[in-house]
Amino acid sequence: MNLLELPVTTLAHLVQRGEVKAIEVAEACFARIDVTNDRVGAFLALSREETSLQAKSIDEKRARGEALGALAGVPVALKDSLVTRATVTTAGSKMLAGYVPPYDATVVARLRAADALLPGKTNMDEFAMGSSTETSAFGPCRNPWDLSRAPGGSSGGSAAAVAARMTPAALGSDTGGSIRQPAAFTGSVGVKPTYGRVSRFGLIAFASSLDQVGPFASDVRGAARVLEVIAGRDGRDATSLDIAPGRWERDCDRGASGLRIGVPEEYFAEGLDAEVEASVRQSIDQLQADGCVVVPVTLPHTRHAIATYYVLATAEASSNLARFDGVRFGARVEPSRDLRDLYGATRDHGFGAEVKRRILLGTFVLSAGHYEAYYLKAQKVRTLIARDFAEAFERCDAIVCPTAPTPAFLLGDKTGDPLSMYLSDVYTLPASLAGLPAMSVPCAPAKSGLPVGLQIVSRPLDEATMFALGAAVERHHAPRAAAL
Amino acid sequence: MSEYETVIGLEVHAQLLTHTKAFCACPATFGAAPNTQVCPTCLGLPGALPVLSARAVEFAVRTALALGCTLQKTSRFSRKNYFYPDLPKGYQISQFDEPCSEGGALSIEVPGASGARVEKVVRITRVHMEEDAGKSSHARGEDSIVDLNRSGVALVEIVGEPELSSGAEAAEYLRSLREILIFIGINDGNLEEGSFRCDANVSIRKKGAPQLGTRVELKNINSFRFVQKAIEYEALRQQAIVEGGGRIEHETRGWDEKAGRTFSMRSKETAQDYRYFPEPDLPPLVLEDAWIEQVRQAMPELPRAKRERFVSQYEITPYAAQVLTQHPQIASFFEHCARLHGDGAKAANFVQSEILGGIVTRGLEADFPISPAQLAELLGLVDAATISGKQAKEVYALIAGTPRAPADVVRERGMAQVSDAAAIDAIVAAIVLANSRQAEALRAGKASLMGFFVGQVMKETKGSANPQMVNDAIKRALGLG
Repeated sequence: MNLLELPVTTLAHLVQRGEVKAIEVAEACFARIDVTNDRVGAFLALSREETSLQAKSIDEKRARGEALGALAGVPVALKDSLVTRATVTTAGSKMLAGYVPPYDATVVARLRAADALLPGKTNMDEFAMGSSTETSAFGPCRNPWDLSRAPGGSSGGSAAAVAARMTPAALGSDTGGSIRQPAAFTGSVGVKPTYGRVSRFGLIAFASSLDQVGPFASDVRGAARVLEVIAGRDGRDATSLDIAPGRWERDCDRGASGLRIGVPEEYFAEGLDAEVEASVRQSIDQLQADGCVVVPVTLPHTRHAIATYYVLATAEASSNLARFDGVRFGARVEPSRDLRDLYGATRDHGFGAEVKRRILLGTFVLSAGHYEAYYLKAQKVRTLIARDFAEAFERCDAIVCPTAPTPAFLLGDKTGDPLSMYLSDVYTLPASLAGLPAMSVPCAPAKSGLPVGLQIVSRPLDEATMFALGAAVERHHAPRAAAL
Repeated sequence: MSEYETVIGLEVHAQLLTHTKAFCACPATFGAAPNTQVCPTCLGLPGALPVLSARAVEFAVRTALALGCTLQKTSRFSRKNYFYPDLPKGYQISQFDEPCSEGGALSIEVPGASGARVEKVVRITRVHMEEDAGKSSHARGEDSIVDLNRSGVALVEIVGEPELSSGAEAAEYLRSLREILIFIGINDGNLEEGSFRCDANVSIRKKGAPQLGTRVELKNINSFRFVQKAIEYEALRQQAIVEGGGRIEHETRGWDEKAGRTFSMRSKETAQDYRYFPEPDLPPLVLEDAWIEQVRQAMPELPRAKRERFVSQYEITPYAAQVLTQHPQIASFFEHCARLHGDGAKAANFVQSEILGGIVTRGLEADFPISPAQLAELLGLVDAATISGKQAKEVYALIAGTPRAPADVVRERGMAQVSDAAAIDAIVAAIVLANSRQAEALRAGKASLMGFFVGQVMKETKGSANPQMVNDAIKRALGLG
């Protein structure tokens, strides 16, 4: 039995019953990482000793007759933008090379409390700015399905860890598609919850009004289990909602019959790969056969999503990244005694090109004389995009569409052309701007074998419908692991 | 008379006396070892988030209500972006385009044309919340050191309209405002420690001109007297420039007390762009009517109202009321004592003449050498003629700093006045008998001998006889009046 091939819920069940020891899972996990990570580059840092200690303490806890948590012995990889006490946290940036935070993110603490194992920190685009994990300061992550291809991004390392079954689950963060797009590229399940569902305390911010932590898992039910553990009000995040997590695992068994699924014409337009379209349409047909009602809907402001997103997200990022100044932590370059030089040299050394580009963009759109034309206008368009969804949801219960316009692209293919890279998120950005729950679930792969993801977007706080539909899609396309 | 008038607008930053900082649970107390009252949030560590203190909101609302501002049901926080080592996040969280309150007023007393003091109402533009920055020191040679204990401490900024016309008015405005903030318990008014800070925008213009002149911002002045002097200097400096055909530069200036002049700190001609935008980490602040009403109900009495009440309720002079309301603890001590004793005027006299001189106030705290109950008891002993007013001062000196009851001290020291009429009559009779010659002379009209007899009685009673009763007894014994 390969423990890591097991779904999250099965593995937790076996550890809870004592049929498998947490320490065995930990050993299997590191053994798998040791034979695959060199080729994939999913992990930036591993916590072998802490994980082994934690596994032992979970086993002792069970030996004492205590009940184990919902993720007993389940290894969950953590995106490196989640701060971890005593483990280096870099957010993929040279700026934070070697930085050890003094506290745990709320989601990390909740995973620990649920007896999950936390084997390491995963590779990502620098400060989550990118769609391929190629802007990482520590080298790219590769797609386990084809090592010449990108795993997507920015949470590429977490997606790849799950796709290669180094861990059955992982956490990522999604600002404009950073969980869903890599989930699609790697054939894993990736969920971006409703904005405010999950605490952002301890998530190194990219764009605060869009950032949301969410799970990757090898199956839909596993993602539901992890989300149930990490969701819920956190007094340390003023934007976290005071709403208890749902019973989403149960929703996976609900079936999709009778649900009205909206198919937005704007998401099947120019630029969509024919194989991706065919695969997504096949799943829609399958859902219809399962009893769903297919409703054509329109989201007319979709075409403004990229522009809107890159104004708002960069504006917030330019401010969020101001704290990386070389004064209190992280990299510091001191060419002279002048304060401005310290700032300039530190930030020039610590930030990569894409991060610098976005800080410049964001600084520009907030500047006097440009604020109204860019930032304020983008806020208005954001409202219109959210209204599009609200109107569509009067006619349907969820929206079904492609997660990304193409399967995984080749490494280096888009690094020279930021705009073509940004287009990779064209289908994920609108739900982010509207704060809606959305997930990517694998549908039929392309002929090449590369995974294709189907995106489900539901009403605010209606993760239940999203999980019901996701599980229904999955019933036609059993989870596949990348062979490595 | 100058053909110019000075126009002054004041911005006051007051640290709120909340136990915690504005956006984290760190203590906000002054004077701890550097960088010990810090956490991921106020250090601006990656991943940390702000959560607004409810107490800070309450204090800000109290301030707004005390100044008659209109509260905004919904307000929001913005980020003011700039780089400085004592600003850990690279932005300050502040209220910008949607403050929590607007449009109040502060009434001050200024010298009128006839010399009498007249009331002047200065409009308040807004009261809003923000966080303080840390503190940079540049003392160690080339290195600068940063203490982030102050980083994130809750502030209110009180912006006044440019309606003040002299340094003296500005100082009066600041005194009145400081007094209000102290009385409502939200600020300790400490200028030296920087918990009450003032920036003054000063410009001049030809009298009656509609346009304001270019303003100069005076910053970092830590006494009201210096504010007054700095403004007076600045008005003359600007006048000299304008009269010399020059142009006032838009700049920030400081005050050099030794040299008695203002000096340029930095030019504002190239305005810094703070790139304000709504703080995405904090939802809009919504004030519920019922909650506002609770804050209003719990609002401490304002100093002016207290003075007026003291005058009417305790029948003391306006001057005494002014003296007794110089600090909320003094007012409270007086009032407590006045209630226990029942005669406000007597309590007011004793507090003013004997007690105030020795009171040291520290922020909102003050130490009193005795309790209101002790003082009320002491004044009661004087009322009952057990001791004289002069003796009361002696007893006060003996019980100050102790919990002892005045009556016990009076008993122990044998200080009680002999107020027993029969006992005094007996003593007087004996003395008259022993000094018959002098008695005859006094009876015959030599009034100066009255003092002799009183002195004899006092000698006999070791000074404890009630002087009025002794006088009466002597007159009775000699058949006078």
